[in-house]
Amino acid sequence: MEFFRIKKDIPFMRHAVVFNVISLLTFLLAVFFLFSRGLHLSVEFTGGTLIEINYAQAANLEKVRESLGKAGYSDFSVQNFGSSQDVLIRLPLKAEQNTARIGESVMQALAAEAPGATLRRVEFVGPQVGRELAENGALALLLVVVGIVVYLAFRFEWRFSASAIIANLHDVIIILGFFAFFQWEFSLSVLAAVLAVLGYSVNESVVVFDRVRETFRKVRGLTTPQVLDHAITSTISRTIITHGSTQMMVLSMLVFGGETLYYFSLALTIGICFGIYSSVLVASPLVMWLGVSREQFIRPKKQIEGANEDGAVV
Amino acid sequence: MNRYPLWKYLIVALALLFGLVYTLPNFFGESPAVQVSSAKVTLKIDEKTRERVARVLQTAGIESNGIFLDSNGVKVRLQTTDSQLQAKDLLEKQFNPDAGDPQYVVALNLLSSSPRWLTSLHALPMYLGLDLRGGVHFLLQVDMKGALTKRLDSISGDLRSLLRDKTVRHAGITREGDRVVIRFRDNETRNKARMVLEDSQSDVLLVDQGEGDDLRLVATLKPEAIKRIQEFAIKQNMTTLNNRINELGVAEPVIAQQGADRIVVQLPGVQDTAKAKDILGRTATLEIRMVEETAGALEAAQAGQVPFGTELYVERGGMPLLVKKQVVLTGDRLTDAQPGFDNQTNEPAVHLTLDSAGARIFKDVTRDNVGKRMAIVLIEKGKGEVVTAPVIRAEIGGGRVQISGRMSTMEANDTALLLRAGSLAAPMEIIEERTIGPSLGADNIQKGFQSTMWGFAAIAVFMIAYYQLFGLVSVIALASNLLFLVALLSLLQATLTLPGIAAIALTLGMAIDANVLINERIREELRNGSSPQAAIHTGYERAFGTILDSNITTLIAGIALLIFGSGPVRGFAVVHCLGILTSLFSAVVVSRAMINLIYGRRRKVESLAIGQVWKPANVGAAEIK
Repeated sequence: MEFFRIKKDIPFMRHAVVFNVISLLTFLLAVFFLFSRGLHLSVEFTGGTLIEINYAQAANLEKVRESLGKAGYSDFSVQNFGSSQDVLIRLPLKAEQNTARIGESVMQALAAEAPGATLRRVEFVGPQVGRELAENGALALLLVVVGIVVYLAFRFEWRFSASAIIANLHDVIIILGFFAFFQWEFSLSVLAAVLAVLGYSVNESVVVFDRVRETFRKVRGLTTPQVLDHAITSTISRTIITHGSTQMMVLSMLVFGGETLYYFSLALTIGICFGIYSSVLVASPLVMWLGVSREQFIRPKKQIEGANEDGAVV
Repeated sequence: MNRYPLWKYLIVALALLFGLVYTLPNFFGESPAVQVSSAKVTLKIDEKTRERVARVLQTAGIESNGIFLDSNGVKVRLQTTDSQLQAKDLLEKQFNPDAGDPQYVVALNLLSSSPRWLTSLHALPMYLGLDLRGGVHFLLQVDMKGALTKRLDSISGDLRSLLRDKTVRHAGITREGDRVVIRFRDNETRNKARMVLEDSQSDVLLVDQGEGDDLRLVATLKPEAIKRIQEFAIKQNMTTLNNRINELGVAEPVIAQQGADRIVVQLPGVQDTAKAKDILGRTATLEIRMVEETAGALEAAQAGQVPFGTELYVERGGMPLLVKKQVVLTGDRLTDAQPGFDNQTNEPAVHLTLDSAGARIFKDVTRDNVGKRMAIVLIEKGKGEVVTAPVIRAEIGGGRVQISGRMSTMEANDTALLLRAGSLAAPMEIIEERTIGPSLGADNIQKGFQSTMWGFAAIAVFMIAYYQLFGLVSVIALASNLLFLVALLSLLQATLTLPGIAAIALTLGMAIDANVLINERIREELRNGSSPQAAIHTGYERAFGTILDSNITTLIAGIALLIFGSGPVRGFAVVHCLGILTSLFSAVVVSRAMINLIYGRRRKVESLAIGQVWKPANVGAAEIK
C-alpha cells in the first residue's frame, strides 16, 4: 500500500496567500466569538459546586429543577450527563450558603420531589482556587510559548521559531473560538489538551522545517518557494499518517472515554485538524516571507592554508 | 552496518524484562483484606499485635492468606469478601472491647494479590487516584492570619504583665492589625520599657513612634518568628487531622502539605462526606482541673455514688481518679507544649507555655494548692480523658509549667503531642472538595481502558497493513512503550487518574509518529535507489534528528503543565512527560534492535517487507538533483 503517489512537488507556495487569508479569517472569527460569547468556564475555574447524580431509570429533569428551586437554590443548571439516567447539577458560589453541607442538602431536597437518586460525585471549588487555576493556566501557556520559541531559535533560526509559534498560537485561539462558539464547557482537562496540542503541532512544523534545512544544505539552485514545496511534499505522507494515527486514538477516546474525556478529546480533534493545516500551510509561507534563504544554513567554509584564489592547493 | 553490539541487545532485553516485572503486579488484581492500625499515638503496632491478630483469627477458624506487618499496621489478606467482613467484625470486637473508646482502627482494605517475590522487588500495582477508586478529597486552607492574630493577642497579654511586673507605667496596650502598640507619656519610661521587653521577648521587633505627649512603642513580629509560627500552625493542624482521621477507619489516608498554607486530605473509599467533615472540623479542648482528694470520696464514687461537683475518670495507666467539675484553665491559654527534660533531676518532662492571663491564674491556683494534684483533661466529642495528673510541688509563676515524674521519654513526647494536638493552631476552611462514588471510579477505569485498547488496536491494524513487517515492528515497539510507561508509573507509585489514562492513550497516539517517520524515510531511501541495508541505516539515522526535535517541543509543553498544573492536569502531565521519554527509547532503540535482528544478520537482503514502495515511472522526476 502506498497512499501518496506524488510525481512532482506540489506547488503549495503558489497559494500561500490564499492559505493565510483563510487562516486569518478563521482566526478573526475565533477572536470575535471569544469576545462576544466568552468561554463557558467549568466549576474548576469559576468556583462553585458540581453534583453528579444517577437514577435507576431515566431522570426527570423538571422534577429535579423544581425541587432545587423549592429548596431555595437559584442560578443552578441541571442537565443530563452522558446518559438519560445521569444528571449533572451546577450550583454557583454563594457567600451565604454553607458550602460544607451543600452535597447533603441537595440530596435531601431531591429526596422529596425526585427520589431514588444516588450521589456519584460532588466537586466543590472555592473562589481562591479558581482564580489560581486560571492564573496558572496562563502561566503554563506562557512557559510553553517561551520554551518552544527559545528551543527552535537555538536549533534552527529565529525565523522558524517565530513562524512556528505564530502558526500554532493561532491554532490555540481557534480551539478556544470553537469552545466559545458552541459554548462547550472549558475545564482543566481541556486546558491540558490545548497545551498538549500546542506542543504536538509545533512538532509538525519542526518536521517540515527539518526538511527545509536539509534541502537548503543539500540541493543547490532552488528558489526558496521550491525548497518549501519540496519539503512539504516529501513529508506529507508522514504528516497524514501520523496525524491519522493520533486521531484514531483520540477518536477512540471520544467514543469510549465517556463524558469526562469528551471535551478533552474534542479539543484534541480540533487541534489536530487545524494543527496540520496551520503548521504546514501557514508556518511555511511565514518563514518564506520572513526571508529565509540558503545562506543562513551554509556554514562559511574555512580557508584552507596555502590555497590560491581558485581554492586549489598547489 | 545494521548490527548492534551485544551490549545494546542486552540493554533492550533488560529494559523489557524490567518493564515486564514491574507491569506484572497490575494484572493480579486485588484481594479483600483487613487492616489493624493504631488509633492512639501512644499505642505502637508491633510483632506482638501481628501475633495477636493471627491468634484471634485462628481461634475463630477464619482462614487467611497471610498476615503482614508494615508501617501502616497489620494487614490480613483474606480469601473472600464474606470472610473479610467476618474477620473485620471479629477483630473489631477483640481489639476494641469498649466501642466508645477505640484503641485500634480496624478497616477494610484491598491488597494487591501479586505474589510475594514481586512485592519484595517493590513491584506494586499502579496507585490509583480518587477518581478511579472512589473516595473523598479535601483541600483545606489554613488561616495563617488567624494564627498570627492569635499569637499577637497572647503577646500583647505577655507585654502587659511583663511591664506590670517590672512596674513600668504605660498608657495602654492595644493590638492594631498585625502590630501591638504600647503608649507612653514620657520618653524615659519608654526607654525603660524597651530595655525590659527586648530582654524577654525575642520574637518581636520594637520601634519608637510618635512625639510629644503621644509616645508609642510598636511591636511587630520578626519575619523569622512569623515563619516559625506559620510552620508550627500547619504542622500542628496536620497532627490534629491525623489523629481525627484515625477514627474514621480509613485504610490509607493521605494528609499532605501543599504549598505554604494548604493541606490536602484524601480518604480513599470513604463515601460519608458528612461524617468526614464533622470529624475534620471538630474542636477538641483541654482543661486543667483539680483532683478531689477528700478521704473516701474516690471509694464512694467507685461504688457508684459520685460526689456532687466531681467526675470519675480513669487515668492512663488504669488508676481511677476523681476530678472536680470546676475548670481552672482551658486549653486556649496554652500556647505551646514541648517534650524535654527536668533541669535538676534530668527526668523526662513536658514543658507547657501559658499566655499571661493563664500564667496569672496558674500562679494563684498553684500557690493555694501545694501538695495537691491537678488533672489535665482532654475533651473530645464531649468525652474527657485524663492525660496526666501531676502533684503540685510549689507555686508556679511566669507561665512556664513543667510536668514531670514517672514518665518515659516516649510518654513525654506523646503527652506533648496530645496536648498540642488537642486543638487546631489556626482555623481551617475547606476550599476544594471532591467526592467520587465507587461505581463512578470503576466506570472511569473501564472507559479509560477501552479507549486505550481500541485506539491501540486501530493503530496496530493500520500500521501492519500499511508497512507490513516494519509495521509489525513499530507496533511491538509501541507495545513496549506502553509496557515501560506502566512499569515506570508502578515503580514510581505516581498517582494514576483518568486524565492520566487519557495521557497514556494520547502518548501512544503521538509516539507512533517516530516510527512513521522512520518507515517513511526508509521507503524514501529505497525509492531513491538505496540498497535495503543502506536504506535501513540512513532511514534510522536521518529520522532520529527530527524525532528528537519534535519530542523536545512536546516535552516543553508537558513540563509547563507539570510545573503549573494542579489536580487532574498534573496527573496528565506526569504521564505525558514520562511517555515522551519512554517513547524515544522504544521507538528508536527497541524497534532498531528488532530490525537488526531480522535483517542485520543476513548476508544478502533482496527487499524489505515495508509494504509497497511506489516509484514514479520516470525516476528522477520527483527528485531534485
